[in-house]
Amino acid sequence: MKRTIITVVGKDTIGIIAKVCTYLAENGINILDISQTIVQGYFNMMMIVDTSTMAKPFGDMVDEMTALGEETGVQIKCQKEEIFDKMHRI
Amino acid sequence: MINIYEVTETNKMIAEENLDVRTITLGISLLDCIDSDLQRLNDKIYAKIYEAAKDLVKTGEEISREFGIPIVNKRISVTPIALVGGAACRTEEDFVTVALTLDRVAKEVGVNFIGGYSALVSKGMTPADELLIRSIPRALSGTERVCSSVNLGSTRTGINMDAVKLMGEIIRSTAEYTKENDSLGCAKLVVFCNAPDDNPFMAGAFHGVTEADKVINVGVSGPGVVKTALEKVRGENFEVLCETIKKTAFKVTRVGQLVAQEASAMLGVPFGIVDLSLAPTPAVGDSVADILCEIGLEYAGAPGTTAALALLNDQVKKGGVMASSYVGGLSGAFIPVSEDQGMINAVQAGALTLEKLEAMTCVCSVGLDMIAIPGDTKATTISGIIADEMAIGMVNQKTTAVRIIPVIGKGVGETVEFGGLLGYAPIMPVNRFACDAFINRGGRIPAPIHSFKN
Repeated sequence: MKRTIITVVGKDTIGIIAKVCTYLAENGINILDISQTIVQGYFNMMMIVDTSTMAKPFGDMVDEMTALGEETGVQIKCQKEEIFDKMHRI
Repeated sequence: MINIYEVTETNKMIAEENLDVRTITLGISLLDCIDSDLQRLNDKIYAKIYEAAKDLVKTGEEISREFGIPIVNKRISVTPIALVGGAACRTEEDFVTVALTLDRVAKEVGVNFIGGYSALVSKGMTPADELLIRSIPRALSGTERVCSSVNLGSTRTGINMDAVKLMGEIIRSTAEYTKENDSLGCAKLVVFCNAPDDNPFMAGAFHGVTEADKVINVGVSGPGVVKTALEKVRGENFEVLCETIKKTAFKVTRVGQLVAQEASAMLGVPFGIVDLSLAPTPAVGDSVADILCEIGLEYAGAPGTTAALALLNDQVKKGGVMASSYVGGLSGAFIPVSEDQGMINAVQAGALTLEKLEAMTCVCSVGLDMIAIPGDTKATTISGIIADEMAIGMVNQKTTAVRIIPVIGKGVGETVEFGGLLGYAPIMPVNRFACDAFINRGGRIPAPIHSFKN
């Protein structure tokens, strides 16, 4: 399993999760966990996904998600899980 | 499983607190390029570096995208050129051709600096060492990306005072050769005592002869992350302060370790070390001096600065050591003046002098770094400053260095602009009393008594 963390931060609007999930489904990416909060009107979501069944290179996903974020008016980041794991777990 | 708070913390460090990987440096041995024919030597050097480093920049960018962390610089260090060029180079001009080759290949593969135009002369100089040293002003003025370093002393060998004297002249001459650009050449030239073989940071990076054919060394940074962490523990005692620095250094270094492992795997080059340094940049919020202020000083340079820096340096190492399987290089806190907005502010406020900086170098990771001094400073005075710094390194068994820029045509009160990561600096006054008779003695200072550990 190749776990990737997707974070979405920005102003809350209708359909943010739908758009992200549609992209993931179309690209064969399985969602493992979602947590989401609204802080002072700002949408804050973290998804843990499995990219091992994704066909395209990781870099393309990063670019396409960034573009999707710009369309929707939020910031979307995709990062491999290791950076968080290394930093926060001994 | 990772939670949203941890993810937010990491991303805040990157987005707001300037957490980055400062450099991935690929060390390349050029010992197998040695040839008695100058043209063949240059061809072999070009071919070896190009082949080894052609994917370095691309790999760095790929890792940066995968983890969402900026990797600011991709660099190369090579075997000290005095060793590689000794058989082929008969004149200073011959050595300059090697510098031009290094510059050309650095541009071709897209790295921003290539280090290793170096000589290791801590005890004595071979004719090749001396030729290389004398060629430095022309090599640095004729190239853009080549960095040069000279090791002048060590705890084991003492200090080569002949070379210290020569380097005072060479630094002045390099300043003259590059005076059109505010003596920028001197920003790419550093002298060391106890130079490490595996330092990934410029201008002092070279690939030591004890190293493998190729190796990946990574330098992490993150003064802003430490500063932000300390803002939350204002007024707390030293135990809390030290714990906070240590934990933060751990997190920062882990990122460096991860990047080093990835780069090593992707390039098929063994992982060398992580250099866990707090390396500032001129960007706001990326300052080591600001950490000292957060610890409780009005300005860097105020009484208490040396103690605060000692504590900071030590905690960074303690936190970092556990985070990486191999640490090395310079590891600690850098205190360059021109590259650190907080240091510049301290100089402009009159809080920080050259003498206080010298005291700080006893406890920081390197030495007198990126300090602009008046252009009319005598060569012997520069040698005296170097000798003092080398003595600190020799006696304390630590790495010390001097990267000082006599800015030709400018004096105290004026400012010099180097641009980019090198920043800008107010020109600092230098003690006006002479040390000519001391520097002109010749010979070397013997190794200190505690070097005899056999």
